[in-house]
Parts: sequence; structure tokens; C-alpha cells
Amino acid sequence: MEKYGTWTLKKGFAEMFKHGVIMDVTTAEQARIAEEAGAVAVMALERVPADIRKQGGVARMASVQKIKEIMDAVSIPVMAKVRIGHIAEAMILEALGVDFIDESEVLTPADDKYHINKHEFKVPFVCGARNLGEALRRIAEGAAMIRTKGEAGTGNIIEAVKHMRQVMDEIRRIQNMPDEELVTYAKEIGAPVELVAEVKRLGRLPVVNFAAGGVATPADAALMMLLGADGVFVGSGIFKSKDPRKMAKAIVAAVMYYDDPKMLAKISEDIGEAMPGQDIAELAVRMQERGW
Amino acid sequence: MKIGVLGVQGDIREHVETLRSMGVDVEIVKKSEQLDEIDGLIIPGGESTTISKLMKFAGLWDVLKDMVSKGFPVFGTCAGMIVLSKRVTNNPSQETLGVIDIDVERNAYGRQVNSFEVDLEIKGVDVPIRGVFIRAPRIVRMGSEVEVLAVHNGTPVFVRQGKIMVASFHPELSGSSHVHRIFLETMR
Repeated sequence: MEKYGTWTLKKGFAEMFKHGVIMDVTTAEQARIAEEAGAVAVMALERVPADIRKQGGVARMASVQKIKEIMDAVSIPVMAKVRIGHIAEAMILEALGVDFIDESEVLTPADDKYHINKHEFKVPFVCGARNLGEALRRIAEGAAMIRTKGEAGTGNIIEAVKHMRQVMDEIRRIQNMPDEELVTYAKEIGAPVELVAEVKRLGRLPVVNFAAGGVATPADAALMMLLGADGVFVGSGIFKSKDPRKMAKAIVAAVMYYDDPKMLAKISEDIGEAMPGQDIAELAVRMQERGW
Repeated sequence: MKIGVLGVQGDIREHVETLRSMGVDVEIVKKSEQLDEIDGLIIPGGESTTISKLMKFAGLWDVLKDMVSKGFPVFGTCAGMIVLSKRVTNNPSQETLGVIDIDVERNAYGRQVNSFEVDLEIKGVDVPIRGVFIRAPRIVRMGSEVEVLAVHNGTPVFVRQGKIMVASFHPELSGSSHVHRIFLETMR
């Protein structure tokens, strides 16, 4: 008998994105540009994070119309975002046949205490994390993929670097930890001890871990790969740049050639201006702080 | 003997780990020069449109096409099967290597919620193998020289033509190395 929605299928699907770039898009036309540039998936949104930040107000799941339009436009997988804890938005996206749901801090949270029980769904989920404890809590709730949060919509890579280094540092510490210390460590970081033990055994997260939040250039994408990301989400970085087609292609190539200096130099040439960036200290809202 | 795993995009690590668990020497291939150092190549699962674009960008496309048509062994899983096929029926503009005489339909079983796993009976393997089908392609036409190695619901899902082998599913996610063993035997 065929089995659907299993952990193997959810986690396995995320494995297929590895060494790839997932791009935020707000129209069918942008989705086609992303596919043409070599994106492994697109994230359907009403507004990119930079505009959410600028316009303020409550950011919600994209309209059904918008999501359908983007699903019809491309052959690659389509992801979409729901507000943290918004079970009903997730039910709607699953019913639409969206391939992956991002329970995202980029949207305004719907619940200030709890995330969605993602085991209840057949569709896989990705969630943001700033450290190992947060990543393992999301996996315990059923997330089949993690992305370090960074600070979305800023075009500033520092927070993405901080979060990726934090997760990798904690993984390295666990690998050197004797077993008797695992329970206390799990308590300290607020994560299930079984998952902490699994991280020790694997030497990595039990699911795919992408970088997100601030990637604006091919060099940014390569930096995140060098720090151990399995792939990269690019939000505002593509369609807020001067030449989205060129920037999208260059970032895709940079993820493949992240450790090849000559190729990176070639890829980074003649790609137009990157999106304008923002200093983290000047931000009114730090989206990364959303998530419990 | 050394096997290459195409290292442009997708679940490269899962193939590498399966081969290493069998004691096979493995090389991750990103450049055409590396093709001379290996005895066979696996094209992993991933996004077929991305893999094709990056293969061209890396200068691997024409070199590999030429080598495979002269008998170089290659095994494609899921996206790898699409890349090796003659034609993508529901996306005819998608360029493929066209080295195995099959036509495929992409995402033929539906979107991710329709992805499934099921036990498969595979020719020459005496235990059932877990077939993991993720937004899988379906073979819709097959030439007479293509040999069927496994079928699901009347559709061939694992086939071989000479030293070219393709699967709709992901043997690298099945926790078994039987299918990879068949590729090693096919290479001889």
C-alpha cells in the first residue's frame, strides 16, 4: 500500500533542495524569472520582506489567488508562508496543494506562545531558528527543514552569519560532549534530549538546514555555504536588485561554486547593483525575535 | 573502481553515503576533467531544471552526453532520470541529454502531498525495496531496447538500456544499497 505524508517523504523532499536557491516571488512573472535562473523552488508572497518592513501593518499569508497564479506559472516546487501558530492558514495552503509551508517570523505572528503541530499535516514545513535549541524545538513540532533566520528584508548578512555560526558551534560542542552531559544540556537549550543525542550521532541537524535573511549578493550566498548551510533562501535580494535576472542566475551559480575563488569572481562580474542594505541597529522591528 | 556523483545540486550526500557504505571509492563531480577519473556517474535527485542549467554552465553537458552515448555507465534517480531521458512530454522545451530511449512526464503523480512510498519488487533482488517517490516523474514511452527492472501499478519505474539505468524513485533514501549494487553490476 502507498503511504503519503510520511517523515521520510517530508524530510526526503527537503534533501532535494540541497545546494540550491529558493527565491521569494510576488507575481507569476517573477516566478518564471526565478525558474529560468535555476531556482530549486519559489516562495509565493504578497510582498517581499523589505516591503513588509517598509509598509508595516499585519503581514498575513498571501492571497489564494496569488498562490494559485504562481503555482500555475512554474514547474518547480512552490512554497508559501503562514503566520507562526496559524493552523488555519496552513490548512488552506495544504488544500491548495502548496509543496512546502514556511511557518515564518517574516509574517506577523498569530500566536504568541505556540507554533503549529506540523506532524498533523501531510505537507512538509520549514521553520526559522537562531540557535540549536530553537531548531530542535521546531523539529520536535514536525518541521522537516530548518532555515537560520538572519534578519529578513535588510540586505545585511550579519544576522544570518551570527545564527549559522551559533547553530554550527552548538553542534560541534555536542559532538565533544560526553553522554552524561546531554540531558542537562538539552534542558539548558530547551530541546528534547532524543534530538540532542541524534545531533551528536550525526554531527549535523537531523534535517536540511538552509540560510536565510539578508542574502543580497553571490558572495553572501557563498559565505553562507562556507559556514555550512545546505542551501540558501533569497528574499528581497533578487527582486529588489537592479537586474533581477542576472542577480538570480549569479546567486544560483555561487551556491554551486562557493569554494572556488576564480569562479566566484567570474560569477560576480557585471550583475548590476545589489539591493540597498540596512544597518541592524536602525531597525524598528527585529523579525528574528518572533518564535518561541 | 571509482564512482562519481554529479555534484551540482540535489541529494548528493545520500548517494555518496550509500556508495561509501558499500566500500566504493566516490568522487563528487563538478568539472568535466573529473569525468576521466571515474568509471561511472550517478545523477542524484534534485530539481531537474536547475541540474541541467548548472551542468551546462559547468561545461559538463556536451562532454557527458558524448561519453554516455559511447557506453559510459550512468545512473539517474528522479531528476537524474529526467535529465537522461529523450523528452519531457509535459514540458517539451526542457532540454535533456536524450541518451536513454524513454519519454517522461514530470511531477506525474502530482504535487508534494501526492508523494508516496511503497514496497517494490525489483528484478534480481529477493527482498522488497522501499520506493520513495517524491514529485516523481513517470515513464510514458519506452523504446524496445529498454529493459524493465521494476514496475509500480503497471508503470515501469526502474529501467535500464545498456549501461544507462534510471529510477523514478530515490533508492538513496531507502536505507538499502541493493539498487546501487545493480548499477555496479551493470557497469561491468
